[in-house]
Amino acid sequence: MNGPHDLGGKMGFGPVLPEADEPWFHAPWEARALGVVLACGALGRWTLDESRHARECLPPATYYAASYYEIWIRALEVLLTRHGLITPAELATGTALERPADARRLGAERVPAVLARGTPCDRPLSEPPRFATGQRVRAKNAHPRGHTRLPVYLAGKEGVIESDHGGFVLPDANAHGKGEVPERLYTVVFDAAEVWSADSEPGLTISADLWEGYLDRL
Amino acid sequence: MPHDHDNHLDPMEARVRALETILTRKGLIETAAVDAIIETYAEKVGPQNGAAVVARAWTDPAFADWLERDATAAVASMGFTGRQGEHVRAVFNAPDLHHVIVCTLCSCYPWSLLGLPPVWYKSPAYRSRVVIEPRAVLAEFGLDLPEGTKLRVWDSTAELRYLVVPMRPEGTEGWSAEALAELVTRESMIGTGLPRVPA
Repeated sequence: MNGPHDLGGKMGFGPVLPEADEPWFHAPWEARALGVVLACGALGRWTLDESRHARECLPPATYYAASYYEIWIRALEVLLTRHGLITPAELATGTALERPADARRLGAERVPAVLARGTPCDRPLSEPPRFATGQRVRAKNAHPRGHTRLPVYLAGKEGVIESDHGGFVLPDANAHGKGEVPERLYTVVFDAAEVWSADSEPGLTISADLWEGYLDRL
Repeated sequence: MPHDHDNHLDPMEARVRALETILTRKGLIETAAVDAIIETYAEKVGPQNGAAVVARAWTDPAFADWLERDATAAVASMGFTGRQGEHVRAVFNAPDLHHVIVCTLCSCYPWSLLGLPPVWYKSPAYRSRVVIEPRAVLAEFGLDLPEGTKLRVWDSTAELRYLVVPMRPEGTEGWSAEALAELVTRESMIGTGLPRVPA
């Protein structure tokens, strides 16, 4: 979906404001938000793709008004409710009404191993690649209603396959509980003149990592 | 807690505290685990990891070659693995080529090498503009690239996480990797800055 998150090339957001000596967290709640989001993710009830989709489904006015940790928390509330781990009544009252003990709860002793392992997303494929490096391709002019990682600013644009990374979990399926459906991933390079206009910054290229199904041969 | 204290909580402080309390009482999260996660990213993981990788690449040509071919394995050999660093690619600046990293769709960032992303990296302003007017964005960081320098912006749309390897500053011949690492800033590994120049 080309929701509020799909920001490449959008105008009107003002200057970038780097902060000197920026702290890791700007309020104590941001640190708790990070920890709570990661600890809930470790329950294994949803994938990273589903959590990204929950964030991008926030209403645009909410998304743009929120700090990133607020976006995370609002999406976490959606995920917890969707998967039946908390009830809307519990969220509204701030009180735990039921207690379904969860055997997968992340214990502190497992934190270093879980964070050090992460969640690798590469998968073996048996099919040969449809595209060769150096080949010209066109990103599909696709605007799916569900989750995708094809940014709207690249839809319909022509580029060149630069590298082939093998199989990766397909977010478009995985975000919606349709399985991993691994598909080949390529780095595709686009000229700014193709993506934007002939008078864009000279010497600029933009690359994105795009799944095979996002691409058509020319 | 006395009720008047509640009035000092901003809405997000109250919201996160309520959520954490519910989840803890339901047995879904453990406070000590939340603390351990925070401690990891506040104290253990940060741009010093990436700086050590860059400094080693500057001083060890065989490592630089490995980093270019298989960054995931090369950085894992230094102990840098894990969440938001499962698949890593290093891109090398050259005299006529400058790399910049972004995630236009969310906030993908090489946590295992740089720690948590700064607020500006996650901001709509950076994510929207750096793909369409990167030179203007870099100028806001005080970085004016010479005319003629090619610019490559990497949009982190999948699970590959990018590390920019900046060029080694002149005047550092014979420096140790440890001393060189002190010159490598976080921004220089994102591409919005350059390494410090030796005094």
